[in-house]
Amino acid sequence: MEGGIWVLAEQWRGRLSDVTYELLALGRELADGLGVPLQAVLLGQGVKELAGTLGAADAVLYADHAGLNSSLPEPFAEALAQLATSRKPRAILIPLTNVSAGIGSLLGERLQVPIVNFCKEVLLKDGRMEAQCVLYGGKIEASIVASCEPVIFGILSGGRPAEKGRSAAVPAVEEAAVDLPASPVLFKRFVEPEAGDVDLGAQDALVGVGRGIQSQDNLELAENLAQALGGAVCGSRPVVDQGWLPLARQVGKSGLTVKPKLYVAAGISGAPEHAEGMREAGLIIAINSDPGAPIFNLAHYGVVGDALDLLPALSEAIQARKG
Amino acid sequence: MHVIVLLRMVPDVVEELEIAPEGNALDLDALRMILSESDDHALEQALLLKERHGGRVTVLAPDAPEVDDALFTALAKGADRAIKITGLDASLTARGLGHACRQVLASTPGLMPADLILTGAQAFSDLDAVIAPLLAYHLGLPHVGIVSHVSVNPAAGSVTVLREYAGGVRAEFEVPLPGVIGIQSAEKPPRYVPVAKVRAAMKSQKIETAGVPVMADGGNALIQVTGMLKPEAAGHAEMLEGSPEEVAGRICDILAARGLLQEVR
Amino acid sequence: MGAVTSAADVSCPTSLGDLFQSEEGRKVLTCIQCGVCAGTCPYGDVMDYPPRRIIAMLRAGMLEKVFSSESLLACVACYACMAKCPRGIRLTEVLLPLIKEQTLLRLPELPAELQKALQNTLRYGNPMGESSRKRAAWVKTAGVPVRILAEDPRPADVLWFVECYASYYPRGQACSRATARLFDALGANFAILGNEEKCAGECGRLTWEPGLYETLMDYNMAVFQKYQFREVITSCPHAHNAFKNRYPLLGFNWELDVTMRYFARRLEQLKPRLTRKLGYTVTYHDSCCLGRQNEFYEEPRALLRALPGVKLLEMTHHRINALCCGGGGGGMWLDTYYKSKGYERLSERRAKEAVATGADVLAVSCPYEVSRFEDALKVLGQDKKMIVRDVVELLAEAMEV
Repeated sequence: MEGGIWVLAEQWRGRLSDVTYELLALGRELADGLGVPLQAVLLGQGVKELAGTLGAADAVLYADHAGLNSSLPEPFAEALAQLATSRKPRAILIPLTNVSAGIGSLLGERLQVPIVNFCKEVLLKDGRMEAQCVLYGGKIEASIVASCEPVIFGILSGGRPAEKGRSAAVPAVEEAAVDLPASPVLFKRFVEPEAGDVDLGAQDALVGVGRGIQSQDNLELAENLAQALGGAVCGSRPVVDQGWLPLARQVGKSGLTVKPKLYVAAGISGAPEHAEGMREAGLIIAINSDPGAPIFNLAHYGVVGDALDLLPALSEAIQARKG
Repeated sequence: MHVIVLLRMVPDVVEELEIAPEGNALDLDALRMILSESDDHALEQALLLKERHGGRVTVLAPDAPEVDDALFTALAKGADRAIKITGLDASLTARGLGHACRQVLASTPGLMPADLILTGAQAFSDLDAVIAPLLAYHLGLPHVGIVSHVSVNPAAGSVTVLREYAGGVRAEFEVPLPGVIGIQSAEKPPRYVPVAKVRAAMKSQKIETAGVPVMADGGNALIQVTGMLKPEAAGHAEMLEGSPEEVAGRICDILAARGLLQEVR
Repeated sequence: MGAVTSAADVSCPTSLGDLFQSEEGRKVLTCIQCGVCAGTCPYGDVMDYPPRRIIAMLRAGMLEKVFSSESLLACVACYACMAKCPRGIRLTEVLLPLIKEQTLLRLPELPAELQKALQNTLRYGNPMGESSRKRAAWVKTAGVPVRILAEDPRPADVLWFVECYASYYPRGQACSRATARLFDALGANFAILGNEEKCAGECGRLTWEPGLYETLMDYNMAVFQKYQFREVITSCPHAHNAFKNRYPLLGFNWELDVTMRYFARRLEQLKPRLTRKLGYTVTYHDSCCLGRQNEFYEEPRALLRALPGVKLLEMTHHRINALCCGGGGGGMWLDTYYKSKGYERLSERRAKEAVATGADVLAVSCPYEVSRFEDALKVLGQDKKMIVRDVVELLAEAMEV
């Protein structure tokens, strides 16, 4: 199957992540637009049965190797490079997540082909693929074209609902062999996050705090609001890095993805790393003192103001309303 | 042990970013540059390793506005040597830099061998690649990225690192030295250095320069920015205005309308 | 005790090594170990090394222990010790900053908020980390013309040095608008530096960072020398301190005052315009810089008494005994640190005293105090009973447009 659009299925610890299906949805649009096949590439060890859920693709290319059990980018990039060299896809879509980080860069360098990162969208313009990318923490959008193919696109999650990439169809699976060197890096073990006192995923309402909360002291204001709403407090990475909240409360790329009914973002700028973790919340209300904060592009309602004033005002109003 | 840290300057987003008249690049005159945040963490991690295990830290940075400040600050914090890479195209991409670094590392005396090469796991300006794995690839060294913890195993000649995945899960890897590590965050936030120390470093220490023997292009011609804009935001939030009390009241209306103010059982 | 005002510190040592080369430094050794400093210090009960002990350690050759302690993080540079010292030792201005400088060099980790404030001040010219290009944005809403020297460099009578909180913080901006209206009402020929202005750096000096202070002084002096003006009037008592005590060493030789006093001196001219009856009971908080340090006790009171329908009440601790709001010496960015140590917030301690007077309004004259006391009143649940207003805001309020 030559000249197709490839989507790397994100396989980690024997499961496929949702972003795989987002990429399949995008890949389907590109493949149909170009009149070429859509191929999902599944790499791992003993995970062939996962191919059954990749029916949105016309076919699945599966490579099995002990080296693909590693959670490191090098074996995946090498495997993709070998497969791509013989099969010549036109584009390879790779998720930009912690799990798949680095694969695109290594693949592109190995094949000496273009790489485009931070893609939130890939469009077809006159039969040519054009990426729409998000730079500088969301402050700038750029349009990029590549000079040759295959193009490696690093795709940000959240571009499409995962449902659009799921299908009941069972795809044909082709097995291919890859030859991988032994990795010099030794995997020792996974370290699970400490069981938090609170299961963020089970909350209907979350109050997310970011740098704009200014100091650990002010967490109390968020706690009060969370209590008033019957929910819990979570935070963006900087807040956890400072030690103001434990790791188990981190929402975003390195933390949890949450889909509560309500997410109040207080003092959070909305950079992609955090947005990734909460963009699918049912109702997002953002408070930030910077009117240009990217969070306002994501939120349903926004307030330009000081979280330290608004959080207590909101807590009070809710208590009063609940009576 | 000898640790090399690759530092890079990126646009400082505290200032408004402006688009240049041509419409496909940033207006460089309106820009201020700042050390990329994860590179700052990489430097901090290197300094922590030096404090624990002795040795020296060399910082390396491509020439850019305000880079001298960053390099002198690194020296004042405890780095031993600072080298600025000159002769690079201003529009150099991460891939191009990867090639340039490989050449500089090979041709600058006393730079290699190094035990560890650290750099930030990702910069928000890296449109075309992540530099840590590329550097390792070019140098033929082992690599782990997105690392938040590094400890040295001197007897084994390796480091043990914690790499971040999703859902708060991390994995422990052992990396034989020499190796390249992409640092997401150091074990401690980057330290403060008094201005007096930086000023003293500016007087008493020097920044070396290293030119790139062959003008590195690698990657520049492969992608082209056709347009740049500041997002107007399709689907911008509906903005609420007024005093905190007024806004709070409005939000309560919105929540109530969606049944989100039910009493919690 | 006598005035603690100080002329330009030519006799002041700039490093611990020089301490005994200077007159003021040698004075340190005349300490009689009476302990009044520790007794009057608002955080004296939590400090391991109040000034008395520091001097004892100095004499015993054990200063290194002081440098390795976090004790000085509790010093909010309120001048209480210096004002009460029977030997007139210039503790707050001479000894303590030098100790703080050495302490910072040894601290394994600076409290994060303070570190950020210092880094921001160096990089952006303000501790908030806001763009320097937005410093004069408030001018658009001033309601009266405010000349920016970079745009219109004609000579001015008054260079109004606005400072950081008054430029960037909403409450500070409200005060700046009031100040602009008053300058305008007086027909003053005034101008501001706008985006060219950077923090005067005083909080750097008393806050551990002389290098930062020097950098800012060099910068500000270079900007001053570009323009022509007769007098520098500043909204910020800390900036006033800096210009009065250290900037002369770099050639600062202009007339100097704070906005509150500038307007107080022109009260007769303003009186006919003060027609709106305010009907407030007001209690005035003597700021450390204007009060103990400069003895400007009468001017704000005269100003407040001149406002129609205003009744003035005094707190238990007033004038030389006033209790610091806790914002100086870096305290503005150490609230999280103090909380982690279990210290009572000085602003809350003082706010309780203010509320006890029964007044409606707590009048202040330093930009730190507005946010600190508004916070404190909120925390104490008294923010509906008492509001915080800068003296200048009240003056503008009494003036009908």
